[in-house]
Amino acid sequence: MPILTKDEAYALLKKVISYSKADECEVNIGGGDSANIRYARNSVSTSGVISQNSLVISSAYGKKVGTATINEFDDASLEKVVRRSEELAQLAPENPEFVSFLGPQTYQEAKNFVPATAAITPKMRADLVAQSLQVAKEGKAVAAGFLEDSVGYSAMMNSKGLFAYNTATGTNFSVTVRTEDGKGSGYATRGYNDITKLDTKTATQIATQKATSSVTAKAIEPGKYTVILEPAAAAVLLERIIFGLDARTADEGRSFLSKPGGATRLGEKMVDERVNIYSDPWNADLPTSPWTGDGRPQEKTMWIEKGVVKNLTYSRYWAEKKGVKATPFPDGIIMEGGTKSLEELIKGTKKGVLVTRLWYIRDVDPQSLLLTGLTRDGTFYIENGKIQYPIKNFRFNESPVIMLNNLEELGKVERTVSVESNANYLLPPMKIRDFTFTSLSDAV
Amino acid sequence: MKRRDFVQLAGLGLGGMLLPLSGFGNPVAEEALLDFPLLVSQKKELADVALNTAKSLGASYADVRIGRYLNQFISTRENKVQNIANTESFGIGVRVIANGTWGFASTNNITADGIKKATERAVAIAKANSKFQKEPVKLAAVQSYGEVSWKTPIKQNAFEVKVSDKADLLLRVNAAALKNGASFVSSNLFQINEQKYFASTDGSYIDQDIHRIWPTFTVQAIDRTSGKFKSRDALSAPMGLGYEYLTPNDAEKLKAPGGMNLYRNNYDMVEDATIAAQQAKEMLSAKSVEPGKYDMVLEPNHLGLTIHESVGHPTELDRILGYEANYAGTSFATLDKLKSGNFKYGSNIVNIFADKVQPGSLGAVGYDDEGVKCKRWDIIKNGIFVNSQAIRDQAHILGEKESHGCCYAQSWNDVQFQRMPNISLAPGTESYSSEQMIKDVEKGIYIAGRGSFSIDQQRYNFQFGGTVFYEIKNGQIAGMLNDVAYQSNTQEFWNNCVKICDEKDYRLFGSFFDGKGQPSQVSAVSHGSATSRFNGVNVINTGRTI
Repeated sequence: MPILTKDEAYALLKKVISYSKADECEVNIGGGDSANIRYARNSVSTSGVISQNSLVISSAYGKKVGTATINEFDDASLEKVVRRSEELAQLAPENPEFVSFLGPQTYQEAKNFVPATAAITPKMRADLVAQSLQVAKEGKAVAAGFLEDSVGYSAMMNSKGLFAYNTATGTNFSVTVRTEDGKGSGYATRGYNDITKLDTKTATQIATQKATSSVTAKAIEPGKYTVILEPAAAAVLLERIIFGLDARTADEGRSFLSKPGGATRLGEKMVDERVNIYSDPWNADLPTSPWTGDGRPQEKTMWIEKGVVKNLTYSRYWAEKKGVKATPFPDGIIMEGGTKSLEELIKGTKKGVLVTRLWYIRDVDPQSLLLTGLTRDGTFYIENGKIQYPIKNFRFNESPVIMLNNLEELGKVERTVSVESNANYLLPPMKIRDFTFTSLSDAV
Repeated sequence: MKRRDFVQLAGLGLGGMLLPLSGFGNPVAEEALLDFPLLVSQKKELADVALNTAKSLGASYADVRIGRYLNQFISTRENKVQNIANTESFGIGVRVIANGTWGFASTNNITADGIKKATERAVAIAKANSKFQKEPVKLAAVQSYGEVSWKTPIKQNAFEVKVSDKADLLLRVNAAALKNGASFVSSNLFQINEQKYFASTDGSYIDQDIHRIWPTFTVQAIDRTSGKFKSRDALSAPMGLGYEYLTPNDAEKLKAPGGMNLYRNNYDMVEDATIAAQQAKEMLSAKSVEPGKYDMVLEPNHLGLTIHESVGHPTELDRILGYEANYAGTSFATLDKLKSGNFKYGSNIVNIFADKVQPGSLGAVGYDDEGVKCKRWDIIKNGIFVNSQAIRDQAHILGEKESHGCCYAQSWNDVQFQRMPNISLAPGTESYSSEQMIKDVEKGIYIAGRGSFSIDQQRYNFQFGGTVFYEIKNGQIAGMLNDVAYQSNTQEFWNNCVKICDEKDYRLFGSFFDGKGQPSQVSAVSHGSATSRFNGVNVINTGRTI
């Protein structure tokens, strides 16, 4: 089935709702095409194209809810899936946390669909990979990478009159380049809604440069260092604060946002006052969907403003229980930065470590949001404003909350991708003092 | 099943949230979980359509997997059933070699015509990709098994147990935890049934019925005055067993420090939740560890994850060769080290074997996803690195004539590739219990259960936490510890393995959602071991204030 237009989706969802006999029902439909090419050892290893469409209906009788899915869209199948969800609802135990579906909402026009990405051809995809492979071969290095792109739509309607529709495109690219002797390794990652912005050649050149300049890494003692985190390295730490913004967990006393005595840190200064973190679905460089899967509108929301926790995320159930606005979990996160380039940040550093990528991030203690992980694919020692030499990788144990209290300086914001969650962000490079490295790693 | 999908599914019951799960399976009625929609003879007919089509289009090899993947997840918190999800995913994946290159396509149109079209697509992809191919695929020979079948030797099919009975068990678990001082508790039961039919142009037609189960919970204790909170997870293991795993059996329990019980082939979930709640409360006031060197006593449900990360992944051949370089990384355990025949991975008592046959293990199947009969082989023998993990198109790289039989795809619509078999540490040969081991330690830490884990991209440097920690002083348990994590280097750690308990202490740890590849696929794998002692391991204190 092709990507449905807004009118086609409306007509189809209206038909599904007309079959319903339940107290209330809600239907989501979505689909699209995605494609990927994976390569390693300077050669393509796998490629795939996935087309899928599916429709999900939830029917409710009182607080008993049943859900069914289908990927066939003829009238008989649509009616069948409605009946199936109703049968499941009748059999389900009551869910005391079920909240009646949302009424009609107003959404602003989305900006996250780019026609050029939707129009990608297999040849364009192959060319993007070929350019990356060419750079690696010319640099006498070995590349492994992954390119994926997608185009899709989503729509929803419920028996209370809510209707929402959106289309989206996206592409993510990552490449690891290793020297032939395996002594140096570099990485680059890019994410865009618009594939014409993707320059696999330059990205691979940067990864190759990191690989060749990280050969002959020296070991320096673990300990507390001033670090400059490139945006890709900062992303995997910062996103853990965002993932932990759930109000219910904080209210229940089991989050780094919980305080002794039962209160939360909402409204309190938690990090350096230069930290401003927000989400904005209409940001030109990081557009996201204007609504969530349960129909709530996404709005521009401040999460941390001048170091103060300004908002937490709520399920509709918990917001109703607490009598507050049900702010949904955000799609795209933006952190304000400064005016300096990465090079200028390095130039202003007397002694420090440049971290280009962090890897295998895991929670160590949810109470303090202590995380562990390692540097990877290019770590460098800085002295007197210059990169002096490559250094061996470190394991760190650090909390992003402590890190953002030890903020020295922020650079210019750029779009980056988390290697842990695959999410895209707009983040600055960050200079942080007293970042805790706890051991050395021999890994290249 | 995909890990991210599962996480979303487990916590949420509403359709809007279910939408991203289209690749995972459609919710179905409970009764449908007991159906077998196709007879074996019908599957064979459909498989032959794929094989004949592939051959007629010039493919030199083809295999077809007709897979029906059934899942049931039940999730609860405190006194509420939050979600019951029954899902089904049914379809066919066809893999071919044409022009010396792999091609793969899948379809959920389970008709002769649908299969024919998917096969044509697979051959077209193989031919198109052959221009990128440096060397043609070399397949190790495999025996033609004819028409055979295999079934996980379960005693009670979990899908035949009434869902209300299973939900009741979880609610009893939660009640026991709350009664014993837990502030919060969530519990889950995951059941998986893979009905897989494999056929290939090598002449095998293999019908398999595979079952896995994982009961688990998290208990939390909170001190609202101090703002402290502590968690204690279940000490169950995901297993390749039926519902019989949830029948308590005293003969399968092992006594452990702090009044804990540890479990072998039967799990007492209510008992474990009772102890968990008491331990979570105790953690709120337990002593914070003094950093330094300790002798670590690691029980199997903890050590399994360390084996998984520090031996399982680094000895995967595709990883050693660089195929995972852009994602999980490469490996310190290089082919040079393997071929040297003298790389000392561990001390002389360390014997680590791979297998896909241990009864009750997650990896146990009769035949892998490319029709190779499963077996056991050595990875580390008397401390020496002696073999890797390889499938049919990799065996020649090791100079071997046959596959190890560890090929797997998470679903019919994913292409099969090399996945970790069960990787297990053989128990010690002389009689030795965990109680004796503790008695022999002067300054040490006993760890039960899995915790935080992180390891570098070549698998040298790792850091592990755990579920419960006890201090050992002069051969005695001296109380519970908090804020413990140990850091080590793989080779140093395994060479400091000085003692392994005997087979009476041997049991399985499991990883239900092990991720690998881009796009990522999950697989389930077990790791057996007996409680083991590692001397002079660096322990750090992870306590921080924000």
